[in-house]
Amino acid sequence: MTQGHQPLDGLLVVDLSQFLAGPYASLRLQDMGARVIKIERPDGGDLTRNLYFSDTVIDGESTVFHAINRGKESLALDLKDPTDCARLKTLIGQADVVLQNFRPGVIERLGFDYATLSAQNPGLVYGSVSGYGPDSPWRDKPGQDLLAQARSGVMWLNGSADDGPVPFGLAVADMMAGAALAQGVLAALVGQGRTGRGAHVETSLLEAMLDLQFEVLATHMNDGGRPPQRSSFRSAHPALPAPYGVYPTQDGFLAVAMMPIRQLAEVLDLDALLPFADDTRSWFRKRDEIKSILAAHLAQAPTAHWLSLLEPHGIWVAQVHDWPELLSNPAFTHLDMVQKVRDAMGAEMRLIRAPIRINGERGRSTRAAPEIGRDNAKLIAEFGL
Amino acid sequence: MTASSKTPADLPLDGVRVLDFAQFLAGPYAAMRLADLGADVIKVERPKGGDLCRSLAVNDQWLDGDSLLFHSINRNKRSFAADLKNPEDLERVKALIATADVMIHNFRPGVMERIGLGHEVVAGLNPGLVYAAVSGYGTSGPWREKPGQDLLAQSLSGITWLQGNAADGPVPVGFALLDIATAQNLVQGILAALLRRGRTGKGGLLEVDLMSSGMDLQFEQLTCFFNGDKRQPARSEISNANVYGAAPYGIYATRDGHLAVAMTPLARLAELFDLPALRAFDQSEALKRANEIKPLLQARIAEKTTADWLAVLEPTDVWCAEILDWPALADSAGFAALDILQTIRNAAGSETVMVKSPMRFDGQRPASARGAPALGADTETILNELGLG
Repeated sequence: MTQGHQPLDGLLVVDLSQFLAGPYASLRLQDMGARVIKIERPDGGDLTRNLYFSDTVIDGESTVFHAINRGKESLALDLKDPTDCARLKTLIGQADVVLQNFRPGVIERLGFDYATLSAQNPGLVYGSVSGYGPDSPWRDKPGQDLLAQARSGVMWLNGSADDGPVPFGLAVADMMAGAALAQGVLAALVGQGRTGRGAHVETSLLEAMLDLQFEVLATHMNDGGRPPQRSSFRSAHPALPAPYGVYPTQDGFLAVAMMPIRQLAEVLDLDALLPFADDTRSWFRKRDEIKSILAAHLAQAPTAHWLSLLEPHGIWVAQVHDWPELLSNPAFTHLDMVQKVRDAMGAEMRLIRAPIRINGERGRSTRAAPEIGRDNAKLIAEFGL
Repeated sequence: MTASSKTPADLPLDGVRVLDFAQFLAGPYAAMRLADLGADVIKVERPKGGDLCRSLAVNDQWLDGDSLLFHSINRNKRSFAADLKNPEDLERVKALIATADVMIHNFRPGVMERIGLGHEVVAGLNPGLVYAAVSGYGTSGPWREKPGQDLLAQSLSGITWLQGNAADGPVPVGFALLDIATAQNLVQGILAALLRRGRTGKGGLLEVDLMSSGMDLQFEQLTCFFNGDKRQPARSEISNANVYGAAPYGIYATRDGHLAVAMTPLARLAELFDLPALRAFDQSEALKRANEIKPLLQARIAEKTTADWLAVLEPTDVWCAEILDWPALADSAGFAALDILQTIRNAAGSETVMVKSPMRFDGQRPASARGAPALGADTETILNELGLG
C-alpha cells in the first residue's frame, strides 16, 4: 500500500456497527485508504465474532468476521460506563465519519445520535443503516438478511415457475445496504468539502433490496401490477424472452444470454427453432417451448463442444462454473482478487480483495481483523481519550 | 444546472458534472445514482439509435419510442448526441470533457484508445478528471474479449451454485445482479476519487468489472471456502439459503404460504415449534446434519398457516418472516412507510412509476421529477453552454 496515494487517506471513520451491512461499508472505506476504528463491547465485541457460518474457525473466531473486518482497529468501550462514553465523545470529535446500526431509538438513548453529535461537530458525516427504515411499522423487526429478502419480494425472481420462493445463497440485502451506505457517506463527504456541512445518511436493508430490483420493479409497476412470471423451464429472468437461461450439457451446464433465435438456429443447425426465427413476439410468449427444444439439443454434447462452436460466432454463452472450476481458471488468477492476510496470532488466511482498481491498483491491506480492544492503549494515548 | 425545481439545491453532488458514455445497465445505473445525489449527468450517445438499451425491451414494454427499461435506468440525465468517429463531433466531446469532473464508459478494452479518448489522452485534456471504466472481466487477461453480460458473468463466477437445493442444477439470480453490484462499486470508487481530487487536485483512472464484483458479493462464502477444505460446498437438500448456513437457516412451506427462519439455536426451535425430535441433535451438528434437521422442521411447519406461526414466533423475537411477493409487499405498511416510489413524467407527457434512491440525506430522499431524455434532447443547450453553438 502506497501511503499518501489512497483516495481516502487521512479519513477517520468511527464504526459503531456490527454484523455485516455497516461493517461492509467501513470495509470498503478501509480498502480505499480510510482509517477505521471499530467500537466494540468489551465482553464479546461484534456479535459476528461468534457467528459461525461454516465450520471454519481462525484463532477462535468466525472466518466471516475476519473477512469483514480486515485492516480495522478495535477500541473496546462499554457505552453504559460514563468514562467510556466520554472517551467516545472525544474520539468522535476528531472523526470525519460515524457509522451505526442500532435499532431505531437506541442510539438516541445512548446519546450518540446525529442531532447531538452534529451540534458538536457540524462537519460530521453520520451513516445509519437499519432493517426497514427509521419510522417504519417494521422498525422493531429484526434487520436480518434472509428476513429482509423474504419481505422484499425478491425470492420470487430466482428459480423456475414451479419452485416456491428461492432465496439468494448470499447476504445480498446486507451487502447492498452496506454499498448504499458507503456511497451516501462518500457523497456527503464530497458535499462537505464544498459546504463544510456534514449530513445524516440513512439507508436500510429493505430500501437496498428495492433498489436492487429497480429494473424489474419498474417493469412490474408500469404493467398494471402483473406479478412476475418465472419461465416454467430453466428461468434466469422473469421478464426476458428465450433463450435466456442455463442449460444442461452432456457433462455440465451452459448459460445462454439474449440472442436472436434465427442466429441460434443457424449456428446450431437446429431446424426445430426455425418456425420461431423471425417471430420475435414468440420468443417471450413461447419461451418454454423454444427453451425445451434448445435444451434437448444442448444435452447431446459436452460444454467445451458448444463453447467452441458458439463463441466464435459471437453468441453470448458461458460455461457455468463451480468454485473449484473458477479458481483453477487462469482468468481468475489474472484478476488478482485474492490476498493473504496474517492475524496477530500468526494465523494466515486468504481473503477476497476490493473489487475496485484505482490508477490500476487494487486496494491491498495485509492487516487482519483485530482482537477485541487490541488498539485501546494506543488509541487512548493518540486521541487523548 | 437544469435540475428540476423539486431537487433540493444542496444535494451533496451539486455542481459535479458527469459524462455517461456507457450503455446498458452497469455504467448508466451508476451515473443515475450520481444524478440522484445531485450531479449534472450528460449521456453522450450515438446520433443513430443512441444507448442500445433504448431499443432493448423486457416484457415488451415501451414508452415514447424507448424501452421502459431505458427510462428506468436513465432518469434525470441530459442527452448529447455525438458521433465519435466524426472529427468535428469528437472535438466537441473533448470540449465537453474539459468541463467535466467524471466520465464513465463501458466500451470493450481498447475501443476508447482507438477513438482517441483513452485515459492518458483525456488526462492531458483535464488532469482533474475521474475516468471510470467498466468491463466484464478486466482490461487484460484471457477473458477480456468475452461479452460482459450479466448471466454469463454469473455463470463464470460460481454464484449460480449458491441458490436452490442440492438436487437442482445451477440456479442463476433472476435479474442483472452483477451489473448492479458493479455499479455500486463504480459509484463508491468515483466518489472516493473525487475526495482525493479535493485533497490533491488530481483525477485518476478507476476500473471495475463484473467478475471482481461477483467475487466481492461472494466474499463471505469464498473466505470459508479458501480457508477450509477448498471443496465445492453442497447446498442442503431442502430449504437452502446459504451453503454454509446451519439449520434452520432457510425457507419453509407453511399450510398456506412460506416462512423464512434465520439463525436460531436448535434447542429453542424444539421448544417453540413443539418438536422434541430436534433434541436429538447437538447445536454443533446444525450445519453437518442440516439434511436431517430441515425435513423435521419442514414437516412441522407445514401443519399450520403462516399467520399461526408468526403469532407463535414473533412475540418471542425468533428471527422469522413471512415471504412476500410484490403485490403483498406493495400493500404492506412497511413498504408505505418508506415512501420510495416516484412518478416521473417525461417530455412527451407519459408517466412512469419508479423506485427512488435507497438512501436519505438529513431525512430527505433525493428525487428528481425529470425523466430520461429523448436522444440528443440537450445537444443544443449544451453546445451553447460550451460556447460552441
